[in-house]
Amino acid sequence: MADDRLMIAGREFKSRLWVGTGKYKDFVETQKAIEISGADVVTVAVRRVNITDRSKENLLDYIDPKKYTILPNTAGCYSVEDAVRYSRLARAAGVSDLVKLEVLGDERTLFPDTAGLIEAAKILVKEGFIVLPYTNDDPIVAQKLVDVGCPAVMPLAAPIGSGLGIRNPYNLKIIMEMIKVPIIVDAGVGTASDAAFAMELGADAVLMNTAIAGAQDPLAMAEAMKYAVHAGRLAYRAGRIPRKLYATASSPIEGML
Amino acid sequence: MDSEIQIHLNGQARTWRSGTTVADLLHDLDIKAERVAVELNLEVLDRATFDQRLLKDGDRLEILGFIGGGSL
Repeated sequence: MADDRLMIAGREFKSRLWVGTGKYKDFVETQKAIEISGADVVTVAVRRVNITDRSKENLLDYIDPKKYTILPNTAGCYSVEDAVRYSRLARAAGVSDLVKLEVLGDERTLFPDTAGLIEAAKILVKEGFIVLPYTNDDPIVAQKLVDVGCPAVMPLAAPIGSGLGIRNPYNLKIIMEMIKVPIIVDAGVGTASDAAFAMELGADAVLMNTAIAGAQDPLAMAEAMKYAVHAGRLAYRAGRIPRKLYATASSPIEGML
Repeated sequence: MDSEIQIHLNGQARTWRSGTTVADLLHDLDIKAERVAVELNLEVLDRATFDQRLLKDGDRLEILGFIGGGSL
């Protein structure tokens, strides 16, 4: 079980738990939660810099880009044009070609606009981006994203921030079986068992933000998620027993009176 | 002789001295160039060219950086 590395586009990732940096009380809490979670990939958003009040601190003063892989997202983008524009800005602001691509279709559900997603991914891959797309739990769309050059696919478990957990384990399982690139379950996780379940299904990693940041004790939840992802991965690799309707005794009958 | 230019900076109308480069502007604003992306009239600039890009009247600039975010 020693050699169990996650490789995406030639990069090695130590942690199978990836975390977002939004919704925390302050940067100190953000930093602590991420450190406790053991995550080595953190997502960030790209926004206008505050030009009137420069006293405001910067997230990167707390999240060292040398220590963590910074994964900029295109959160809030509802068109191909916006998603491509934000991706280019993210690359210019940062140090890598990685982007978590989001093209959203609807404000209420934040479900992806998968047609726009595939189109934007195609453009960005041609420009040399390493595109990690946030997508639906649709295996056909996942395959199309791979076909246009995405080195990993990030299907949702449930709507972003909903905490509903793994709503469609069967589709996720089909994606994991059909798709030959790493699958990172993104969005919808509510608590530790959800993360463990995603990993037991065979996910290569889980990405979450609200489940940790929104917990009553974010630092304790960060620790719980670390163990959940690890336990789920170990269980997946160990191979669970088949489900049966009736009991099978664990103790021998032999030697009974 | 010191003339001024009007620019649109992150959606706000601002007056700056003419002869300002993008690097000068970031310096004036106390913004670290290595932490931000600059878009000048919808063109994303290469950081290495900040000190060569001279601003002119009517330019539209966007300065963006990373903030906390998961998904939105």
